Amino acid sequence: MLRGTGTAVSGEMRNTMKTRADDHVMLVHGGGGEMTRRFLDAHVLPGLANEFLDPLLDSAVLPPVEGSLCMTTDAFVVQPLEFPGGDIGRLAVCGTINDLAVMGARPLALSLALVMEEGLPLAVLDRVMASIAGAAGEAGTPVVTGDTKVVERNRGDGLLITTAGLGVLDEGPRLAPGRIEAGDEILVTGPIAEHGLAVMVAREGLGITSRLESDAAPLAGLVEAMVSSGGEVKFLRDPTRGGVAGVVADLVEDTGLGVEIEEEALPVPAPVRHAAELLGLDPLTVANEGKIVVVAAKGAGERVLEACHAHPRGKGAVRIGRMVRAEPPLAELITSIGGRRIIQRPYGEELPRIC
Amino acid sequence: MKNIIEAVTRACADLDEVRIMEVCGTHTVSLFRSGIRSVLPPGVRLVSGPGCPVCVTSQGYIDAVIEVSARPGVTLCTYGDMVRVPGRTGSLEAHRGRGARIEVCYSVLDALRRAEENPGEEVVFVAVGFETTAPATALAVLEADRKGLGNFTILNGHKRVMPALRALLAGSDLPLDGFLLPGHVSVIIGSGAYRDLVDRYHKACVVAGFEAEQLLEGILALVNQMARGTPALENVYGVAVSPEGNTQALDCLDRVFEPVDTVWRAMGTIPESGFALRAAFDRFDAEKRFGLVQGEDTHPPGCRCGEVIQGRAEPRDCTLFGEACTFENPVGPCMVSSEGTCAAWYRYGGVR
Repeated sequence: MLRGTGTAVSGEMRNTMKTRADDHVMLVHGGGGEMTRRFLDAHVLPGLANEFLDPLLDSAVLPPVEGSLCMTTDAFVVQPLEFPGGDIGRLAVCGTINDLAVMGARPLALSLALVMEEGLPLAVLDRVMASIAGAAGEAGTPVVTGDTKVVERNRGDGLLITTAGLGVLDEGPRLAPGRIEAGDEILVTGPIAEHGLAVMVAREGLGITSRLESDAAPLAGLVEAMVSSGGEVKFLRDPTRGGVAGVVADLVEDTGLGVEIEEEALPVPAPVRHAAELLGLDPLTVANEGKIVVVAAKGAGERVLEACHAHPRGKGAVRIGRMVRAEPPLAELITSIGGRRIIQRPYGEELPRIC
Repeated sequence: MKNIIEAVTRACADLDEVRIMEVCGTHTVSLFRSGIRSVLPPGVRLVSGPGCPVCVTSQGYIDAVIEVSARPGVTLCTYGDMVRVPGRTGSLEAHRGRGARIEVCYSVLDALRRAEENPGEEVVFVAVGFETTAPATALAVLEADRKGLGNFTILNGHKRVMPALRALLAGSDLPLDGFLLPGHVSVIIGSGAYRDLVDRYHKACVVAGFEAEQLLEGILALVNQMARGTPALENVYGVAVSPEGNTQALDCLDRVFEPVDTVWRAMGTIPESGFALRAAFDRFDAEKRFGLVQGEDTHPPGCRCGEVIQGRAEPRDCTLFGEACTFENPVGPCMVSSEGTCAAWYRYGGVR
């Protein structure tokens, strides 16, 4: 039920829409005419200005680069649109940048497509656009092209966003599961499960007054710091949907090796633990939007961790486990009482529409 | 906690195999998640009981839920666990895909609010669970009554724990030495409610909480009782559970419901094991409002969920488990529910 403290398009909001249409997105804003132009100038373009976007041509023209190009795209449908620690805009920028970053690519440029529902409050749009500009600025990755469309009332969900990202991969060993060996160390760059639970708590209006905030953040800088730390990094993945459990299950599948995670070592802050208990969720399976699971070569973990700790996005980085030879290969949790249990990826719908 | 594990091992030294039933689905999951099963001495066997709310509902009830979700104007509000349970014509998840209005909620009060805000919808709440969730349903019915809501009903599947445990033991050949009793239910009904299990059936009984340490304490108390040979009723969850329970919640239950014979999955009709709406609240009964008839408690061929919830079979005894019946493609409710025994084995224990 969309009853969050955040901004879903509620019944109340729909009523205000009728009375003050000029404060809301209207179909005419998507018509392609003069109104569209004015709308873009007033609400979409201001924070994004850069030399590649500003000509507003049919395609952005980028300077030549050396190295292999990486391209990725992601759609964002989170409800509520705004939640503690972020909103759909920040998520749309960070999600795409991070998909490039964990490949070891340097993000170069973003595209941005907004599908707005007639009646979306302009104040919400302005806040989302400001946060898109903020996150792109923080990452140093410009939005170079984009599109906006408006759909009829009840045909959208307030606001849907799609971003694509272009990055460049410098020569050198690729980050891939192929090089992972038994004994390699598994790290995570900070506290887990914050994003998914922050959104869930906001959505359900559970009446928890918690300090839970989404961790959504662009991580290309942190990746750069880790890769150039001198400690060998073999594999990176951002544990978004499916959480850390999903990533370690992938590791087992892709390498044929086992994974051991120490429950005691997992960074699970108290508000996260409490919210997860209340919702009956395992923090291992809950999404993150500002963390990376790292596989570092045996003995290299310490240097990688030091590099993380020196970076503002990696202060809470810790070692959580290791790759092991095991038959059959399983992802296992060594529990705080010294027991063992299997870690599996979640079935699918534990937290609907969190990104 | 190491000390507790060692104490359990010492207490078991002179015992043959002991069989402990954890009654509550949350306990089952907690025992797996904390890895407790893997550190207990091999002589301690933990078997699951009829304490997973979704698993004990009869197939007839589940089919009625699915049937009502397809009625025009109905919005079905349900706890998330019910969404994937297979009915004869598919699960709620599948029906939602085909256009049925199905909302997952965390509390019956969400359903009530929805009914209030959307007078054009017929809001039906899927009321399952034991004495843990039944008081909230009772409260919602009282609220709906006070507000005169005409578009809120419950499809009542609430159940009472003690009658089922009695039924398990009465004239039964089930080898069982003790019960690890559910913390949440006991908060409501009080630890005193289990007196019969000790006095009449001579079983060791301990009420325990849900953290790893609380569970281990409970198991230690149980094996100590067994080593002494004197079954007793103990409560190691005194922080939350009193002997008499939550009298306010019990009063609320009593105002709205009366005990009724009801059907449990594979266990048949158990006397006074359900909650029926009292006559004064008839109009909140979805079965009456929509003329629903709960069909037979039939089961998918080969599915042994019914035995699993009675501690008569372990998931690995079922030929479907991990083969035809997986978490991704469940056949029976024990594989679907987040508190189901098969789901816990599958997710945390491996399919070996």
